[in-house]
Amino acid sequence: MPNSIFEDKINKDLKIEPRDEMPDGYRSHLIRQMSQHAHSEIIGMQPEGNWITRAPSLRSKMILLAKVQDEAGHGLYLYSACETLGITRKQMIEELQTGKAKYSSIFNYPTLTWADIGAIGWLVDGAAIVNQVSLQKTSYGPYSRAMIKICKEESFHQRQGYEIICTLAKGTDEQKQMAQDALNRWWWPSIMMFGPHDKDSNRSEKALNWKIKRESNDSLRQSFIDKTVPQAELIGLKVPDDKLIWNEKTNHYDFGDIDWEEFWNVVNGKGLCNKERIEHHKKAHNEGEWVRKAAVAYSEKKLNKKVA
Amino acid sequence: MNFSTDFEKYIARLADSNLIMGQRLSELCSKGPYLEEDIAISNIALDYLGQANMLYELLKKAGNGKYSVDDYVFHRNERNYYNLLLVEQDNGHFGKTMAKIFLYSTYQKILYSQLSKSTNDDIKAIALKSIKEVNYHFKHSRAWVLRLGDGTKESKVKIQESIDELWRFTGEIFESDYVENNLISENIITASNTYYDEWSKIVKDTLLEALLTEPENVVMLTGGKKGLHTEKLGFMLAEMQYLPRTYPNAKW
Ligand SMILES: [Fe+2]
Ligand SMILES: [Fe+2]
Repeated sequence: MPNSIFEDKINKDLKIEPRDEMPDGYRSHLIRQMSQHAHSEIIGMQPEGNWITRAPSLRSKMILLAKVQDEAGHGLYLYSACETLGITRKQMIEELQTGKAKYSSIFNYPTLTWADIGAIGWLVDGAAIVNQVSLQKTSYGPYSRAMIKICKEESFHQRQGYEIICTLAKGTDEQKQMAQDALNRWWWPSIMMFGPHDKDSNRSEKALNWKIKRESNDSLRQSFIDKTVPQAELIGLKVPDDKLIWNEKTNHYDFGDIDWEEFWNVVNGKGLCNKERIEHHKKAHNEGEWVRKAAVAYSEKKLNKKVA
Repeated sequence: MNFSTDFEKYIARLADSNLIMGQRLSELCSKGPYLEEDIAISNIALDYLGQANMLYELLKKAGNGKYSVDDYVFHRNERNYYNLLLVEQDNGHFGKTMAKIFLYSTYQKILYSQLSKSTNDDIKAIALKSIKEVNYHFKHSRAWVLRLGDGTKESKVKIQESIDELWRFTGEIFESDYVENNLISENIITASNTYYDEWSKIVKDTLLEALLTEPENVVMLTGGKKGLHTEKLGFMLAEMQYLPRTYPNAKW
C-alpha cells in the first residue's frame, strides 16, 4: 500500500504539480535537471549564433536567427517551469555562472564551418528530441508540459539542420568535405549527450523510480543511433565509427566504444570553448546590469506617481 | 551590378537599409540584457530581414529575374549598397541600439503609411504588411527611450549620449533627389523630404517625455543613398558575404 499521496500519484502515472507535497530529493533532482536543461538551451545559442551574421543566404540567415530565438524561448520557458520548484531565475543564472550548475557539454565544442550549423540542427537537436519526447511523460507536470511545447519546434530545427547538411552533401567537393568533416566532429559528442552508460550512472535509477526519467540513457542513445545512421547513409556521408554495423538479431545498430575520457575532459573544462561560453554569458549579463536597474527605477517611479 | 531604373534604385535603398539594420541587430543574439529582451531584439531583426527579403524579391521582379535575392545581398560591394548611414552604425550598448531602432522605426512608420497608398500594388502590399511590424518596433524602442531617460542617472546619460551621437545620421533620411521625382509624379511614392515634420514632432515629443534634450546645431552627414558610406559598412559586408564569395560555384 502506498505510504503517501506522492507515491500514490507516481504509481498511478499522475502528474506531480507545484503545490503537491514531494520528497526533497525529488525536488532537488528536478531543479538540477531542469535548470541544466534551461542553461543548455541558453548556452547553445552561442555556437549557433556564431554563424548568423555569416549565413550564406538571406533565407538561411533568417531560419538560423529564428532557430536561435526559439532556443532562447525554450530556455525562458524552462526557467519559468523550474521556478515553480522554489528557485529564482536569478539564482539559477548565478549557479550557471559560478559553475555550480552545468549545461550540456556539447556546446563547449566550436562551430568552425557553416556545415556545423547543419550538424547541430541534425544531430544535436536530433538527440535532444529523442530525450525530450521521452520527457513528455515525465512525472512533474510543468516539466512535462514544457517538453510537449518545445518538441514541436525541435523537430523543425532537426529538419532544417538536416536540410543544410543535405544541400552541402549534394554540393561541390568542398561542400561535401565540409559536411563530412562536421559529421566527423559532431557524431561522438552527440552520442555522448545521452550521458554515461546505465551501469555507470548512479543518479539514473532514482530518477527512473520517480518517473522523472522515463527511459534509460542507453536506450535513448540506441534509438537516436538507429534513427540517424540511415539519414547519413541516404546522403552519402560516413558515420565515423568503424564498428558500426546493423545487427539483424537485435534489430539495432551495434556501435563502437565511446571515449568517456574525452567526455569528462570536456565536461571538466578542456573543451575549446568552455571558458568562452561562460564568459560570454557573464559579459552580456554584466553589460545589461544598468539596463535592468534603469527598468526597475523607472517602474518604481511610475508606481509612486500612481500612488501619490 | 547597377540599377538602371529609378524604381529599382529607390527599392534598393529601402531594401538595403532593412537588410543592414537586420544584420546589425542579429549580431546581438545571445547578448541581450535579459532573456525577454534578447528575444525581442531577435524578433525585430527578423522583421527587418523579412522586409528586406520582400523588397529584394520586388527588385528581382523589376529586373525580370536576372538576379536572385542572394545576388543582391551577397554580390554587391560597398559602393553599390544604398542603405542609410544610420543603420550601418555599431550597435554599441543597449541604449544606443534602442535609440537607433527608435529613430529608424519612427521614420519607417511614416514611410510605410505613405507607401500603403501607392499606386504600385507590390509596394502597397509590402507596406501594409510591414507597417504592423514597424509599429511594434516603434512602441518597443520608444518605451525603452522613456525608461532609460527617466530611469537612473547612468541610463539617462547613456541614452542622451546615444541620441546625440546618432543624430548626425538622421538628416539624410529626409533628402529627396532625382531618383524620387518620376516615382512621385506617378504616385508610386511620396517624397522623403515631406516626412520630416511628422518625424520631428514624434521624436521631439518622446524626448520631452523622456526628460531628454533634442540635439542642436548638429552637422548632418549624408551619402548612403548614393553609395557613399562610413567605414563600418565594408566590414559588415566582408563578414556577411564571405561564404558565397569564397565558394562562387556553391549553392547553399
Ligand atoms: Fe531547444
Ligand atoms: Fe532546438
